[in-house]
Amino acid sequence: MSVDVSKVASTNGSTPATPQGPKAAGAIANWADERLGLGTAMKKNLRKVFPDHWSFMLGEIALWSFVVLLLTGTFLTLWFDPSMTEVYYNGSYDPLRGVHMSSAMASTLDISFDVRGGLLVRQMHHWAAAIFVASMMIHLMRVYFTGAFRKPRELNWVIGCLLLLLGTIEGFTGYSLPDDLLSGTGVRAADGFMKASPVVGTYMSFFIFGGEFPGDSIIPRFYMAHILLLPALILALIAAHMLLLVYHKHTQWPGPGRTEENVVGYPMLPVYMAKAGGFFFIVFGVIALMGGLFSINAVWKYGPYDPSKVTAGSQPDWYMGWPDGLLRIIPAWETHIWGITLSWNVMLPILVAPPLFLMILIALPFLEAWITGDKREHHLLQRPRDVPTRTAIMVALMTFYGLSWAAGGNDIIAIKMHLSINQITYFMRAAVFIGPVIAFIIARRWCISLQRHSDEKLLHGFESGVLVRSPEGAYAEKHLPLPESQAYAITARDRDPVPETDEEIDAMGLPARQTRIRKIRAKLARLFFADNVQKPTAAELHDAQHHAEHELHELDSQIEAGPNRHGPTEGH
Amino acid sequence: MRLLNRSAGRLSRHRRGPIAGVLVLLCGLLLTGGLYAALAPAQADDDADNAALVQEGRELFLVGCAFCHGQNGEGVLTQGGSQYGPALTDVGEAAVDFQVGTGRMPMAQPGSQAPRKEVVYTEEEIAALAAYVGSLGTGPTIPDGELYDPETVPEDEWNEYVVRGGQIFLANCTACHNFEGSGGAMPRGGYAPKIRDVDPKHIYEAMLTGPQSMDTFSDGNIPPDDKKAVIAYLTTLNEAPSYSGFTFGGLGPVSEGIIAWLVGLGGLVGFAVWIAAHTTRSSKKKDEAAA
Amino acid sequence: MSDAHNNDDHGGELVPNEPIPDPGLPEHTWRPTDVDPAKERRAELQVVAFFGLSAVSTILFAVAYFTLDIGDNWHVVGGFGASTMALGGTLGLALLFIGIGIIHWARKLMGDVEISELRHPARSSDEDREGTLQALAAGLEESGIGRRPLIRNSLIGAVGLLGVPTVVMLRDLGPLPVDKLYHTIWGDGTAEHPMRIVRDGIWTPILASDLEIGDLVNCQPDALHNPERYDIDPAEVEGIALQVHKSKASLILLRMSPGDIKPGKDAKGESRENWTHEGIVAYSKICTHVGCPISLNERTTHHLLCPCHQSTFDLSDSGKVVFGPAGRPLPQLPITVDSEGYLVAQSDFDEPVGPSFWERDYYER
Repeated sequence: MSVDVSKVASTNGSTPATPQGPKAAGAIANWADERLGLGTAMKKNLRKVFPDHWSFMLGEIALWSFVVLLLTGTFLTLWFDPSMTEVYYNGSYDPLRGVHMSSAMASTLDISFDVRGGLLVRQMHHWAAAIFVASMMIHLMRVYFTGAFRKPRELNWVIGCLLLLLGTIEGFTGYSLPDDLLSGTGVRAADGFMKASPVVGTYMSFFIFGGEFPGDSIIPRFYMAHILLLPALILALIAAHMLLLVYHKHTQWPGPGRTEENVVGYPMLPVYMAKAGGFFFIVFGVIALMGGLFSINAVWKYGPYDPSKVTAGSQPDWYMGWPDGLLRIIPAWETHIWGITLSWNVMLPILVAPPLFLMILIALPFLEAWITGDKREHHLLQRPRDVPTRTAIMVALMTFYGLSWAAGGNDIIAIKMHLSINQITYFMRAAVFIGPVIAFIIARRWCISLQRHSDEKLLHGFESGVLVRSPEGAYAEKHLPLPESQAYAITARDRDPVPETDEEIDAMGLPARQTRIRKIRAKLARLFFADNVQKPTAAELHDAQHHAEHELHELDSQIEAGPNRHGPTEGH
Repeated sequence: MRLLNRSAGRLSRHRRGPIAGVLVLLCGLLLTGGLYAALAPAQADDDADNAALVQEGRELFLVGCAFCHGQNGEGVLTQGGSQYGPALTDVGEAAVDFQVGTGRMPMAQPGSQAPRKEVVYTEEEIAALAAYVGSLGTGPTIPDGELYDPETVPEDEWNEYVVRGGQIFLANCTACHNFEGSGGAMPRGGYAPKIRDVDPKHIYEAMLTGPQSMDTFSDGNIPPDDKKAVIAYLTTLNEAPSYSGFTFGGLGPVSEGIIAWLVGLGGLVGFAVWIAAHTTRSSKKKDEAAA
Repeated sequence: MSDAHNNDDHGGELVPNEPIPDPGLPEHTWRPTDVDPAKERRAELQVVAFFGLSAVSTILFAVAYFTLDIGDNWHVVGGFGASTMALGGTLGLALLFIGIGIIHWARKLMGDVEISELRHPARSSDEDREGTLQALAAGLEESGIGRRPLIRNSLIGAVGLLGVPTVVMLRDLGPLPVDKLYHTIWGDGTAEHPMRIVRDGIWTPILASDLEIGDLVNCQPDALHNPERYDIDPAEVEGIALQVHKSKASLILLRMSPGDIKPGKDAKGESRENWTHEGIVAYSKICTHVGCPISLNERTTHHLLCPCHQSTFDLSDSGKVVFGPAGRPLPQLPITVDSEGYLVAQSDFDEPVGPSFWERDYYER
């Protein structure tokens, strides 16, 4: 499609973009290009096209909140002292003055009470961390629900999952640094997790803590991981994530003129630069407002860590909430045999469940591709309803996650909703297994009925809201055909492939093992596609539209005949 | 405290008629604070008055409490053998002053958890009830203001009290009542109540008597002066400004997580929707407008 | 419907039988700001206004920074710390206004003609692949790595061995656990002065006669505050060492009616009936699940709840688990009184306290 560039707002200029800046700028550009060859790279990318949709900006929230984390984190390092050396607190917060605490805690209090803006930046850092992980998660859900993880983007999906893992660990190490009562309790629990590991547990604990818990090494070591190792890894993965995004070009929703072969949207310069840049300031601004107005992690109220003290409502930050919930609802399973102890009550929720969950997430694109046998590249997104089984899988995972998460707040739920903590726990023990199954079934059927609804609209038109009374007195709603662009968007999707039948596989004459695998795969594919509604063929659509037109015509002639004065009872 | 009981006893003698009831209430409100200070030095021990007060309390007890706690405070057992209302023979005056003074007693229905609600008895009636129950056996008496009133802490020792109290609070109280005194969950539907903005006297009495399922912190457990230090810390917690902004109930990471999702992420997604939304379109063509 | 698609091709091929042909990109429509100079001007001014508001907020930020006190004399407004709120509010608005201004500019004034760009498949062209394979083959051939397996294998072996330093050098991260987890500072009961039990935070010894039924005391060993009495080097109970001791020795003391106590058995299978003193029992405060300190006790039931994961222990019945994830009873400390009537430990716990670990044993109470 050719575009008349002259037809843009005049402030935007109507002449083509040619270098016309002052001579100095040109000279600098020349100097740089002669050394870096930027011209070629920038020619390709300056006007690179990005499609516009709000759900494409969720990952951007994660990116920008990470930048805010880097900025605020750097500020905090100027005062934070990652040392477990014991000091007497002598700062401005009276109720703790003279209390024994680690330098880490004392310097956190100094940042909060004696550095202007320190408390603000501390809270911004913490809110940004909570938002960082949260935005990665909704970004992941968006990518999954719309099928954006399919070939060629599977590796970017894997990178994204690793980022989620690293972000969570980064969050946990940061949460532990102030060495207050709450974070210390979390570290103590982490010590318990390590000790529960088979065979090497106590060695791991002694090595990581530099001796017996709590030792004097854990804060400096966490600090190193928190400000150096993990951010470096995260940055590297973000860079890879973005490079692949640029290389693959962004996915887009199907619509008129939007195909698998093109990408339609606004150019990087200026529109996307402005929108992304503007969003950075908005993310930064929202986090600053939250940091200023909303309290988070008031360490002075928890006091310094002391292994003999604890507070009600001891919870980790939200992203560690779901394994904590599993820890709460697991029954008291421990095996004592031959003088050794196997702590299933710690291993299953912490050492098994989260890695397993991550592995399932990473495997999802590959599993789906294997089941469907789909090896094509995909750049058009799918509506969640159009792949009901996939949507239902994620809904089931989300239900499991959500229930475990709620279990992590069972004490708060108990006091806020006047329930028994024991009853909640018993309920959750069953719900984390039954809930996802129910959610899967409901989500799947829901998708299929939405598919039918779309199909209905396509074939019989949408409900116009105009009611018409027939001469017999019956009422009918006038259905109007969908606008062409909408109708096209609905049909711009693939028909599901038809899985092989067992007879077909037998007929191939493959070796027994391959036949068996192929049959399993075909069976899974049949389950995957079962009951899906396929889009109509051209003939079907034509028939339906013809029929609808006829009906419309009849209705119209009835309307023209004037209001019915005979009443509904006539003729009955 | 005994002195307060006396003045209350005198007034309550007249509380038979309907007008007297209103009068008692009015006088009670007006005089509670004033009489205590004004009449205190003038009072000597007066057994007759005390006996009257006990008698008064017994009458109130028979009407309002005996159904669950028995005619003589001996407690009532259910057929299942559990307690309908526990025996009150050795709970002491302080327990009554706390339970009735915070509206926990009388309960709407029996149960292990007595929620705090509006106080139904007047100060004088509470004093009478306390005197009666106190007369049934041993048990802590209503503490003297000197023991719990944070006002009595000398100015120059205030901070030392707050710091010490904070450490004792964190060692003994936060496990159930939370680091900010916001309360927490206990087994089988029980809960440790919120203890912010509670009258210092009631905090002291709660430590002394262990209401409902709470442990007792008798004077042999936490000495009186350390109890006062805890109260001083709680007072500071109440009075200190919120340095960090809105706290959302002081419940820790759970409420913070909810805010991060709803306000933080919710707001940012809202902005994203705005950024990507289509702008309004004009029906005019560029050329027509230019013409 | 479902019948129809059976007629279609198999195997995910694109079906030619598309119901609706692609109508192509719709014609571009113009925004009011494109066609109406007045609206364009207004939008321009709005953007400028946003940037202006941002500048004002930034100035207010600087003013707030220098006028609002923190430290000993926090300015307080409406019960809130004024500095945090004012700095956060002004900084937030300054940033938000810039962001909103830029977005407004992009939405109203920047060119918004949609551009279509062609995609390319992710794979390289056959030509490139061929070239790469040739280069690889040539390189490998010239190195001779395929022909000289000895070189290849010895190199792999040598490089693989380099993993050893990486692992070995981590050895000094910490000492070996040896038997540290099995002992606490409560001592084995053979010392001249049996270890007194003192109130946590108050550090005074406890007269058994002072405690009333229903009392719960959070306790520590006296040595942490008074090491000389027990011939312990004060340096061993300072700083981190103090924390280490506390994380194992913290104690819950409870006085209940002696009739309520069901004495269990100790590690040797003998009764624990003389482990208590007149209804006073002492248990480790460290949860056997993952190690949180626990002191949420219900006086009426003697059930002790962990605030982290809700394990519940019955302190009248050998600290057995009655609910929740913990897999072992709470360790009990045998206590008695010394000549002055103060509560003391008879000996150490007879099992490790805190979370379970691989090497530890278990016995029925």
